[in-house]
Amino acid sequence: MDEALLDRFAAGVDLPLDPEHRPGVAEALERLLALAAVVAAAAVPDEVEPAPVFEP
Amino acid sequence: MKLVTTHATEIAAAVRAGQARAHALVTAALEAISARDPALNCFTAVLADRALAEAAQVDAAVAAGRDPGPLAGVPFAVKNLFDVAGLSTLAGSRINREHPPARRDAAAVRRLGNAGAILLGALNMDEYACGFTTENSHYGPTRNPHDPSRVAGGSSGGSAAAVAAGLVPLALGSDTNGSIRVPAALCGVFGLKPTYGRISRAGTVLFSPSLDHVGPLARSVADLALAFDVLHGPDPADPVARPRPPEPCLPRLTEGMDGLRIAVADGHFRRGGDPEALEAVGRAATALGVRRGIEVPQVEVAEAAATIITLAEAGNVHLRNLRARARDFDPLTRDRLLAGALLPASAYLQAQRFRGWYRARLRAVFDEVDVLLTPTTPCVAPLVGTARMVVGGTEVAIRGHIGTYTRAFSFVGLPCVTVPVRDLAALPLGVQLVAAPYREADLLRVAAALEAQGFTAEPVLA
Repeated sequence: MDEALLDRFAAGVDLPLDPEHRPGVAEALERLLALAAVVAAAAVPDEVEPAPVFEP
Repeated sequence: MKLVTTHATEIAAAVRAGQARAHALVTAALEAISARDPALNCFTAVLADRALAEAAQVDAAVAAGRDPGPLAGVPFAVKNLFDVAGLSTLAGSRINREHPPARRDAAAVRRLGNAGAILLGALNMDEYACGFTTENSHYGPTRNPHDPSRVAGGSSGGSAAAVAAGLVPLALGSDTNGSIRVPAALCGVFGLKPTYGRISRAGTVLFSPSLDHVGPLARSVADLALAFDVLHGPDPADPVARPRPPEPCLPRLTEGMDGLRIAVADGHFRRGGDPEALEAVGRAATALGVRRGIEVPQVEVAEAAATIITLAEAGNVHLRNLRARARDFDPLTRDRLLAGALLPASAYLQAQRFRGWYRARLRAVFDEVDVLLTPTTPCVAPLVGTARMVVGGTEVAIRGHIGTYTRAFSFVGLPCVTVPVRDLAALPLGVQLVAAPYREADLLRVAAALEAQGFTAEPVLA
């Protein structure tokens, strides 16, 4: 992940990143965005609601 | 009565009958902790004065002819994310050491205490429950009693190791993606992750509120069932606790497996593990006479969505401290929490939508079967300090891969039990049993059948 993109993500939530932490955060965020792409590719019908409070 | 090999149900029966005194049991347990815990590092706090005072109360109740409760005199300990009156609730962190002491015990701790069990202390964990190994940079790693050069698993590693070592017969842990099941399997004990919302989490430090469960670890199925019976039920203090009335499981263990449809999970659950982990499931299936297999759909997507929800929520829970003092977090958890805080809302919401959809997919599986068998972990306990492992010729991060058989089921709140397997390898492994929501009794009936066939691991005596 390039530095400018990481900065945009961090600015979006007002979360300053320590220079020492940036490489690890960039790697972890890249991995999470790859997982998000896996979820986005799954065919979930439009009418399915999110389940933040969940009753099994 | 030898505490190290005695089960909670046996201790309670002896204390209730006046054949053993809680004070003597607690004294023996405190001595065992003092002698053996320094090498294992399970406990972050030992509550000798409180435990001895509570033991005296139990003994007085028995002497006076009052009912001392179904867990009378049973020593137990809890992962240090449960509130314990008088202690700061660490949740494995350095930051929370600055918190004032808790004013009262967590709901689950109170339930065990009201049943006569005696709290001995608080147990080590991965910082904020974010990990599968209990390699905690602030408090040191908890070591596996079966081989102290290896991890105990996590994040409830102190809970699993304390039970496996015979320091306590019963412990509480929490499980978001596998944090009860993984350490229980790696330490060779039983663990129960209940249906989501079935045991109150009130008074615990949450990791990912949408996915967090609490539950017991023990060395016998009857102990697990008795603890679950005491622990579960409605609690208005936990916003996700279900209003469903309790359904006791202990009386049902004698029913056997008649009428239960059991199948081995195919596909994902037959890949990505070491041969002995996969073979453990085959052995359990043979022991139970199970020949059927069934496919669980889209496990990899469920795992991805569970990881996104977990870290997005955890990043939000800790956002204030991540902004102000990121350096005070454990380096082993910090970068993932920071990354989770940066995730876009659309990624999180899509994961929650997939969760709603996946619930329906797994309900369809459980229209066909009552109990699924899977491995609990893909490997035995790794050596302390190991970051990566090789699976099928590909190198993967242990931290993530070790939960590959547990995440998809907690993702949709299904109850799971891990049963310890012995004799296959020098080190313990677990077989995971999974059922439809609220069917904990089915799981415990199958676990009891396996236990009766000698599947259980023994506590480590020295």
